[in-house]
Amino acid sequence: MSAPVYNFAYLDEQTKRMIRRAILKAIAIPGYQVPFASREMPMPYGWGTGGVQVTASILGPDDTLKVIDQGSDDTTNAVSIRKFFVKTAGVETTTKTEEATVIQTRHRIPETALTENQVLVYQVPIPEPLRFLEPRETETRRMHALSEYGLMHVKLYEDIARHGHIATTYAYPVEVGGRYVMDPSPIPKFDNPKLSDSAALQLFGAGREKRIYAIPPYTNVKSLDFEDHPFEPYRHDACCELCGAMNSYLDEVITDDQGSRMFVCSDTDFCEQRRAEGHGSAAASPREAAHG
Amino acid sequence: MYVAVKGGERAIDNAHKLLADARRGDRTVPELSLDQIDNQLALAVDRVMCEGSLYDRELAALAVKQARGDLIEAIFLLRAYRTTLPRFGASEPLETGNMDIRRRISATFKDLPGGQVLGPTFDYTHRLLDHTLAEQSEIEEPATAPADSTRFKSVAELLAGGGLIEGDDPPAEEVGDLTREPLSFPANRDLRLQNLARGDEGFLLALGYSTQRGFGRTHPFAGEIRYGEIEVEFFAEDAGFAVPLGTIAVTECQMVNQFTGNGTQAPRFTRGYGLVFGQSERKAMAMALVDRALRARELGEETGSPAQDEEFVLSHSDNVQATGFVEHLKLPHYVDFQSELGLLRKLQAEFYADNPQTDTPMQDAAE
Repeated sequence: MSAPVYNFAYLDEQTKRMIRRAILKAIAIPGYQVPFASREMPMPYGWGTGGVQVTASILGPDDTLKVIDQGSDDTTNAVSIRKFFVKTAGVETTTKTEEATVIQTRHRIPETALTENQVLVYQVPIPEPLRFLEPRETETRRMHALSEYGLMHVKLYEDIARHGHIATTYAYPVEVGGRYVMDPSPIPKFDNPKLSDSAALQLFGAGREKRIYAIPPYTNVKSLDFEDHPFEPYRHDACCELCGAMNSYLDEVITDDQGSRMFVCSDTDFCEQRRAEGHGSAAASPREAAHG
Repeated sequence: MYVAVKGGERAIDNAHKLLADARRGDRTVPELSLDQIDNQLALAVDRVMCEGSLYDRELAALAVKQARGDLIEAIFLLRAYRTTLPRFGASEPLETGNMDIRRRISATFKDLPGGQVLGPTFDYTHRLLDHTLAEQSEIEEPATAPADSTRFKSVAELLAGGGLIEGDDPPAEEVGDLTREPLSFPANRDLRLQNLARGDEGFLLALGYSTQRGFGRTHPFAGEIRYGEIEVEFFAEDAGFAVPLGTIAVTECQMVNQFTGNGTQAPRFTRGYGLVFGQSERKAMAMALVDRALRARELGEETGSPAQDEEFVLSHSDNVQATGFVEHLKLPHYVDFQSELGLLRKLQAEFYADNPQTDTPMQDAAE
């Protein structure tokens, strides 16, 4: 038994070509889910195989890769995927958003605005925005073909009738380029406005469900809402305790078993850069204060 | 300063070192060899090859060892390797009638040409723990008969000769491959059978069982189950003829099911089909039951039971997909959870503002 030799970025060139064709089609039809022959990857389905296949297909030797999960470069799965590409492609990696040419993400869009030289690759668990309203693929594909999105509006309306608010807080459905309703992957709806008119190309890969879709640069992306219940991004009413940011998405961290908690930026690179620039919190944590 | 989840990289490396240590276990116990797994856990190797869609006993044994005996993990390892291999074509259809039979039974005829051959089977054993196996034991040489090169017709062929059962589908020009093209619905039978052959044994077993209990009943008889070795041939364009690639062991199940017919066609039995790598009668039979159930629409039967629902069955049969997605819930979901928590707090605040007479949880705690 000899050790297998793998191609640059793991996938063979035939497979990459097939995926690139799907990506091109996806860019040509913004928000449309293109079926593709997803491969079995050496990480489990549901752990970013779609994003990994898209990244592997677009990555070149000169690219600089950043991988985040929950906004952080240091969460276990982000580390694992970054290591995978270091091993199989030998590309440069970075944690700094502005240095990256390809950013693979799970559940967040970086706080730092992206540029035309960057591609943001999303890992998608369930690409079909209508899935939980209609479980059948045969039906949902027909609904997309006919732009039959009434069911989605009824769902949002029922939320308002029951809770007084639209009760979707992440994976909040959007309409892309005035045509397809799309699932933006489970990003918090706080991130939804960043989807629209982005300078960067945004690619979405769902490995298990075998779908790729895209938002080309500078495409209008509208979060679904009603005139009398306009879309509202949600943010905790607090500032980051590390860098004092008032406009970033926050993670709540439980600090002891007495219910004490603190809020910190979910985007760790954004937070670190702000601290490096000398931003800090007025309310420094007690432990930090103790250490002087 | 409290900083969540720093040092992920080192933690992962250390976790994997622990895994390697746990896999080896007590160093005073001899390490398993791949030959031992291949020979003495042969049915585990069979299952991993079948659901891993790769016929290679050595690699499958390695996967079982690496996965510490977790067969779904082993199947996943084999699949991830398989996907990197080039695909250079499809074999010629297997002629299972030419099989070197190790076991062949029919539940529909008391005797038939070629006879009933029991072969190595758990059937009719009393399931009593055999304590002699706990120690190394001497195994008696079994009684064997010389291989019979006669070609024995299958029960389906025997019945088809009398027009009592539907015949084979005409051979397809090109067979589909769901590992190379995404599955779409409705799926043709070649793709359905490929999906079922790769499908999880437990899932198919439960679905097959459900048809027996009335959720999509098909009145099945085990027309024939055969297990043995068969040569695989590949048509080589260069040579202009089919060349043998090697020999594989397979289990085939031909299920005979209740008849169908209409104004233009005499009633006749229908068939469900199962074929798996190695020896797994449970899987082959379950596959045949589900294959037949999935033909309900084609045969003009009432539909609506889970096993008859193509999209439901084919979308959920793959254990590598299923385990990945179920277990991905272990991954961090802090961001989405924060969003939900935020909305819930807002809804609660509104509720307590509207219902001032209700005790808030905070008040409860204070009291």
